Amino acid sequence: MLRFLTRRALGAIVILICISIITYIAFFAIVPDPARLSCGAKNCTPQMLEQIRINLGFNKSIPVQYWDYMHGIFFGRNFPAFGHCVAPCFGYSFADQEPVWTLIKSDYPTTLTLAVMGALMFLVIGVGLGMISAWKPGSTFDRIASSLSLIGQSTQIYFIGPLLIVLFVVDLGWLSRGSDPTWSTNPVGSITGMLLPAFTMSVIFWSNYSRQVRSLMLEQLSEDHIRAARAKGMSKTYVFMRYALRGAMGPIVTIFGIDLGAVFGGAIITEYTFSLHGLGTLAVSSVNASDLPMEMGVMLFSAASIVIFNVIVDASYALIDPRIRLA
Amino acid sequence: MTTLAKPEADPVPSNGDAFLSVRDLKVQFATEDGVVNAVNGLSFDLERGQTLGIVGESGSGKSVTNLTILGLHNMRKTTVSGDILLDGEQLVGASDHELSKLRGNKMAMVFQDSLAALSPYYTVGRQIAEPFMKHTGANKREAHDRAVEMLERVGIPQAKTRANDYPHHFSGGMRQRAMIAMALVNDPQLLIADEPTTALDVTVQAQILDLLKDLQQQTGTAIIFITHDLGVIANVADEVLVMYAGRCVEKGTMRQILKESQHPYGWGLLSSIPHLSADVDVPLMPIPGSPPSLLNPPSGCAFHPRCAFRDQVPDDRCVTDRPVLDLANGHFSACHLTPAQKQSIFTEQIQPRLG
Repeated sequence: MLRFLTRRALGAIVILICISIITYIAFFAIVPDPARLSCGAKNCTPQMLEQIRINLGFNKSIPVQYWDYMHGIFFGRNFPAFGHCVAPCFGYSFADQEPVWTLIKSDYPTTLTLAVMGALMFLVIGVGLGMISAWKPGSTFDRIASSLSLIGQSTQIYFIGPLLIVLFVVDLGWLSRGSDPTWSTNPVGSITGMLLPAFTMSVIFWSNYSRQVRSLMLEQLSEDHIRAARAKGMSKTYVFMRYALRGAMGPIVTIFGIDLGAVFGGAIITEYTFSLHGLGTLAVSSVNASDLPMEMGVMLFSAASIVIFNVIVDASYALIDPRIRLA
Repeated sequence: MTTLAKPEADPVPSNGDAFLSVRDLKVQFATEDGVVNAVNGLSFDLERGQTLGIVGESGSGKSVTNLTILGLHNMRKTTVSGDILLDGEQLVGASDHELSKLRGNKMAMVFQDSLAALSPYYTVGRQIAEPFMKHTGANKREAHDRAVEMLERVGIPQAKTRANDYPHHFSGGMRQRAMIAMALVNDPQLLIADEPTTALDVTVQAQILDLLKDLQQQTGTAIIFITHDLGVIANVADEVLVMYAGRCVEKGTMRQILKESQHPYGWGLLSSIPHLSADVDVPLMPIPGSPPSLLNPPSGCAFHPRCAFRDQVPDDRCVTDRPVLDLANGHFSACHLTPAQKQSIFTEQIQPRLG
């Protein structure tokens, strides 16, 4: 298990380095002279331009800039204009000269809360519905759940979001419109404020999971070891929960691992739909403003989240299926 | 014997108070294409300490019969009629709750493919311990100790450590032993073995058969042994029942079926076994054609499209009348040939081939 985790962790670091290089190159490919952007269109003298270049390090070659940036993340960095920036230093936003780290720290909880709550919701709902459908395939419940899945799969967050706001906020008044979480001061409010956005996000995911779980469970239930367990006298419920569900969980965890990227993507769209302030909003505004440090920060953070969750998912897969542990 | 009085039921010699008594068992499955008559009026008896071999091709209904005894079909799509009496207790129509108290306890099953029949997710010890906990109310510790004891009994070395291994750590023969341990953990009085040696190589096969025989001698368990391998049958069975298209076509002692079969299908089975001592230049004689569809079985005798001897029965009775199971030359067979014809065909044409 330890070897497995170290190997995965090393792989994760390589992936993150690749992502950071690609983001860097992509940025300079699109914006050849970022200093000019920072300087503004009017009143930009060559002296100012030169000063900005020195302040932000654009006078150095791109590989050197990249090295300075990466070095800053681990050991801190000195900026002529801002002084020493302590590790983890992701630089200063071009747009408003704020440290990137501060902005990410304040906006990241929204995205993470949304992603985690949304994922928990669609896993619980999806797996639950799939299991009930598989318990009696062809039943009325099964048919209704299948139709609902189809609707869920063919809809979009920005469509279903406003719909749910009208239903739960305006008409029924059960939930709030959604607010950014403040975990340190108001943990309960952080959860309740996220219920509607997280549920909205879960709708487009759980339909897929309920269908997958249903078919995986049915496949498992037709296996020999299920029949053998029944022949031992184990009850239908026991076999369903302990044998069939256990067998279905492996593939579900795999699918979830693949979906992680989509989950973060979904969280970003959901933030936008509900006017929340998370990484998504930050990402879009920084790309629009050609704000390299911000872009890098958001990219690395989202990528690191996905990669870390992926390692966790893989590790749990090994827990579920003993046959994986050898590898 | 007046066999025509009740044409659907096979006549049976005993009075029906055997340990396991199956009477006129019919099993039908509703499928999209129609009703499949998987078992059609099967009757047999089995006493404690005895082994009944059931032989037949794939789809002859042998596995269905045994799953029906255990009550393991999807009951919403299956119709079962007739009687299954286990120690006097009626199993046809019994609730799943009642049956699950018997399964793994009074009656148990060993499956063909041990890799598929053991769950990959739990240790071998746990899977053996499960039915023990369920049926005796033992706690985890006691059940684990029992599992280790069972593994020792079926001849697995270092049973203590092996109990904590997963099925994929075991070799095929070891897994089959573990599965036998799992079936026998509650000392069942009826053991159904569904081709337990088919997936094993020949040397391991012999070990498993010996193991089953030893365990039977110790416990007096009644065994139903399903196989298509007549060589295996010769090793284990006291009585043999040959099934074809959901019916019993021949029934007798192991010696009677293997040495003096009275049915064209039985002859076919015997002629298609390769013999080590036989002349290598004499080709095997397989049974022509393939097993009939149970959705739409042939009229009359279900075997008639593949039978080489139907010309010897007058008036095409093989196509119009279904032969009943009747005593001919010492044991039961269902065939329109007269006992004299059977005897002469067997001694003149079949026996020489068997060497």
